[in-house]
Amino acid sequence: MKETKLQVYKRGIQDGIPIGLGYFAVAFTLGIAAKNAGMTAFQAMITSALLNASAGEFVGFTLIAANASYLEMIVMEAVANARYLLMSCALSQKISKETSIWNRLFIGFYVTDEIFGVEIAQDGYLNPIYTYGVASMAAPGWAFGTFLGVLFGNILPLRLSSALSVALYGMFAAVFIPPAKTNKVVAGLIGISFLCSFISQKLSCFAGISSGIKIILLTVVISLGAAILFPVDTKEKGEAS
Amino acid sequence: MKHPVYLYIAFMAVTTYLIRVLPLTLIRKEITNKTLRSFLFYVPYVTLAVMTFPSILEATQSPISGLAALLTALALAWFGRSLFQVSVLSCVVVFLLELVLV
Repeated sequence: MKETKLQVYKRGIQDGIPIGLGYFAVAFTLGIAAKNAGMTAFQAMITSALLNASAGEFVGFTLIAANASYLEMIVMEAVANARYLLMSCALSQKISKETSIWNRLFIGFYVTDEIFGVEIAQDGYLNPIYTYGVASMAAPGWAFGTFLGVLFGNILPLRLSSALSVALYGMFAAVFIPPAKTNKVVAGLIGISFLCSFISQKLSCFAGISSGIKIILLTVVISLGAAILFPVDTKEKGEAS
Repeated sequence: MKHPVYLYIAFMAVTTYLIRVLPLTLIRKEITNKTLRSFLFYVPYVTLAVMTFPSILEATQSPISGLAALLTALALAWFGRSLFQVSVLSCVVVFLLELVLV
């Protein structure tokens, strides 16, 4: 049975709610960083609405506070957000060839860790309407969270922000665990990823590398190794051997 | 001289958007190379796993509540609970545990 457009949109909204909640908590702390950089609540909100990128915005606010050059800003944004390039490549294979340029431009605007996560979890091709649904919940949480963070940075109780901070990680687990149940390679890769990520965080020789670069290096090395050792056979998306 | 904030925001936004949108708009064909296809199949799961651990242990006030949240999320996801349930129940576990721990 095929879903109607409205049903797809509603499903997007449903999956977008926890993203919006998690974003709100993270964006709140981001607002505090923006305030410390001397930005107004409105400027911080505009930045969040345009970027939808936590690490990229943190870096950006720091550079604004330091009155850095525009070139520095461009280079640092490219580094902090480089993982989205990989995600965008993966998504290019997740959407149908007929997807219009407007939908591609829209999906591209909302390539974030979390939205990418729920998009990948979709069966078959990604319906752009789903992304519209997710974004309509997630984006306001992010933008208004930043706005309110600048204004009232210190009133969200620590207990609450601590609890909300795991919402996004819980979502990641909900995305990568189900395929691990049916695909042993994916299950093994998740274990290896946890281990390597843990080691790279503890070893002092990696201390100078930003977390964004670490994520890319680990992702490329582990995924490439798996692709060579365990190539995916079937043409069907999401159905490895 | 202090640079105008809105110009900074414009540079940030344009750089970030180009990174996100170029592959999606330029790669119009289905990739046929088997290794590349397999690589792109594995990328999402690996990158999400790498981002989750050990960061979740540092997100909460106590690493114990972070670990409890991770185990809760893994178990609930394994038993097929929805994204929303997995996410919200992990938060609830942290909240309740930290009433005792912190």
